[in-house]
Amino acid sequence: MYDAGKVIAGLLIALVLFTLPVLYHVVSGESVAIEKLELGVPEGVTECVRSADFMRREHMHLLVDWRDAVVREGKRIDEESGFRMSLTATCLGCHQKSQEFCFRCHEFSGVKTPYCWECHVDPTGSQ
Amino acid sequence: MSMDRRKFFHLATCGTLGLAGASLPIVRAGVRGSWLPSGEALAAKRWAMVVDLKKVLEKEDSAKLIKACHSAHNVPSIDDPQEEVKWIWEEHFEEVFPEQSHEFLPESLHEKPVLVFCNHCDNPPCVRVCPTQATWKREDDGVVMMDWHRCIGCRYCIAACPYGSRSFNWRDPRPSIAEQNPSFPTRTRGVVEKCNFCEERLRRGELPACVEACEHGGLVFGDLEDPDSEVRKLLRVRHSLRRRPGLGTKPSVFYLVDDVCEDTVKEILGEDLQEANGR
Ligand code: HEC
Ligand code: HEC
Ligand code: HEC
Repeated sequence: MYDAGKVIAGLLIALVLFTLPVLYHVVSGESVAIEKLELGVPEGVTECVRSADFMRREHMHLLVDWRDAVVREGKRIDEESGFRMSLTATCLGCHQKSQEFCFRCHEFSGVKTPYCWECHVDPTGSQ
Repeated sequence: MSMDRRKFFHLATCGTLGLAGASLPIVRAGVRGSWLPSGEALAAKRWAMVVDLKKVLEKEDSAKLIKACHSAHNVPSIDDPQEEVKWIWEEHFEEVFPEQSHEFLPESLHEKPVLVFCNHCDNPPCVRVCPTQATWKREDDGVVMMDWHRCIGCRYCIAACPYGSRSFNWRDPRPSIAEQNPSFPTRTRGVVEKCNFCEERLRRGELPACVEACEHGGLVFGDLEDPDSEVRKLLRVRHSLRRRPGLGTKPSVFYLVDDVCEDTVKEILGEDLQEANGR
């Protein structure tokens, strides 16, 4: 290979440049850990309508399924949990009675606030 | 083993499709659940409403019926007639029944206020024109439904409805709702709305809000397909009208009219009205 020394040196410099942000933190020892969001568990209950893990991943799909089941198919009860399928009455019934629960996590995760609250009425009256 | 290009592509394509197909249930599994209807729901093959005009006029408090509906459904009260939103309201007899009115009807009848709302037609023109199926006729009970999640506000349905039963939200309705009822969502600017025959109350086993607000049975709600239902009995023994019958929309709302002019008739014929009517 011609100019092997120059090529390898160039590659090394590029590598250092690309990994600079990581190296900086390794060298300076500054912590980059993200704070954990404490949503808390609603009082007096231990379980959600599905496992907490499933809810974290899939709540948006579950809500849309509930919406279609209620509005388009005329169903009312979620068989697995036995709860009535309602965004405000059921979810917020346990979770702090307010969309604040949803909002805090969405803000934390950088998710745009879903438009559901333009129509669904937050029982605490906050918009 | 040798394989030509063509065969290789065939196998590769089929293999990929097969894998994708096989993984679909895995992707969907765990997302869906199964749903049950409510045990307490009221059921009918075709819901219908009978409006007893005379009773509503003389005994019921129409404002109360309207308020019961509008507060149950978070219907905004906007004074500007260009932008108002209504699920149930009053119109003059002449405008409600243009085809059945003529200039020789008793004058007192022309201006009589008649309660009107969505007719939940058997053959609804609004449903035919909706491009997103945001409005559709429920096959099992004939209710003409609205799915506010799907409405894109094109207003074709408003143009199609011959009864003016649909309202458009020209502005954010929330500031015009005196007291928001958290158990029924409001609507937003840019969607259409109308009476839903209290579909959400039927699901809970309750009669429509306006019917419940009646103290003298001015509105009667029941199954049109059941020959023994109260509505069918009334339609058998009384004279009833449907709005704009010539259009073929077949409304599920009926108006009993045989006794609305009883007072006028009484004046003309004297007290022996019962005899004159033969009943
Ligand atoms: C019976 C009360 C109850 C109802 C109803 C309920 N939840 Fe929960 N939910 C809980 C509890 C308790 C937890 C915490 C479970 C755990 O940590 O194991 C939880 C956890 C969650 C989490 C995860 C929160 C976290 O800390 O990461 C989400 C998201 C969630 N629920 C969304 C919903 C939605 C959406 C609905 C309506 C479809 C709903 N919940 C209905 C009780 C409820
Ligand atoms: C534990 C954190 C957490 C909680 C609590 C939470 N969400 Fe979410 N939600 C998310 C995340 C993260 C996303 C984005 C997921 C993605 O984009 O893949 C999301 C997305 C959504 C979406 C889809 C948004 C879109 O624009 O497509 C809806 C709807 C939604 N959440 C509703 C709710 C409601 C209603 C509640 C309260 C009952 C709630 N969420 C509570 C984390 C949360
Ligand atoms: C344009 C107004 C509007 C918006 C926006 C809206 N909804 Fe709804 N939603 C309604 C109305 C009205 C009903 C009641 C329909 C009925 O009972 O027939 C409803 C019913 C539902 C139901 C079932 C019954 C209940 O009480 O909860 C669910 C679940 C639901 N919506 C979820 C959602 C979610 C999730 C979002 C946001 C992604 C959303 N909706 C956004 C108007 C809206």
